[in-house]
Amino acid sequence: MLSKSKIFVKGTIAVLPHMLSVIPFGIITGAIGVELGFDPLLVYATSLIIFGGASQIIFMQLLSGGASSLIAITSVGVINSRHLLYGAVLSEYLEKLSFLKKLIISYFIVDQGFAESNKYIKQNSNISNPHYYILGTGVTLWLCWQLSTISGIILGSFIPEELGLKFAIPLTFLAIVVNDLRKLDHVFVMLVSGFASLILFDAPFKSYIILSPIVALSAAFIMLRLKR
Amino acid sequence: MTWISIIISGIITYFSRMAMVALIDRDMLGAKVKEVLNYVPAAVFPAIIFPGVFFNDFGYLVEPIDPKIYGAIIALVVGFYSRNVIATIVSGLLSYWFIIFFLLK
Repeated sequence: MLSKSKIFVKGTIAVLPHMLSVIPFGIITGAIGVELGFDPLLVYATSLIIFGGASQIIFMQLLSGGASSLIAITSVGVINSRHLLYGAVLSEYLEKLSFLKKLIISYFIVDQGFAESNKYIKQNSNISNPHYYILGTGVTLWLCWQLSTISGIILGSFIPEELGLKFAIPLTFLAIVVNDLRKLDHVFVMLVSGFASLILFDAPFKSYIILSPIVALSAAFIMLRLKR
Repeated sequence: MTWISIIISGIITYFSRMAMVALIDRDMLGAKVKEVLNYVPAAVFPAIIFPGVFFNDFGYLVEPIDPKIYGAIIALVVGFYSRNVIATIVSGLLSYWFIIFFLLK
């Protein structure tokens, strides 16, 4: 039986490769906020209070471009609504926890952490403390995100733009789903989601981020019905 | 005003993380919904991958010969056979850099 701390560390190790995209992205987020003219403390507050990469950048860009607070807030809400889906999946593993523990763990639910946790817990369904794995991924990503945005705020975007490190972001997520390409039903859902995102890309409030998954999950639902 | 916007955005974001975990009883979800939830990674992540590969910084479709497309294909092949996260990301980045720094110079 694995101890709690061992499971936590396993979660930490699982998300380390994703630092290749998380750290540069964090630095860029911090640097952009300062470049847009926001108070450094305010830029950092977005990392601590909102804690959601893309949504933080959009939020600051909208406000500095003169958009109303309502539009900025709506965009953050729309972009981050995908966490509802992560929560729905993870809730199965967190069912037995106390309400307070659920509230704490929820703050640490992030894209890469969700993906790695889900993969690990599915493969190791016998472990009794899966939430320590989720915490291991989430706390590690949180810490790296805080530190990298702070360094971006202080040092500016010291990573040369020519490197095109933005490309590391799609690569991280590709690394997450690439294994599922062995399953045809998953490939179908991925293609629906991918093409939906290209078609819906210009929808208001960056809503393609949640509309494409909804389209893809509906396609999955229909697929499951037809299979029977 | 900006501070209030950050706090409201933070509350909404936290709510989206917490609602399904802490407020919804899992028994409320039907068997069909649970089955569909297996596809959440497959439904969410391509919506981040595709625009990141096929659109440029200005939101236009890239040319079919864009370095990002080759980088993504190499990462996909390496990832598929290696089943290794770091190999996937590094192979994609290195091939992308090789193209933009050596082949296109």
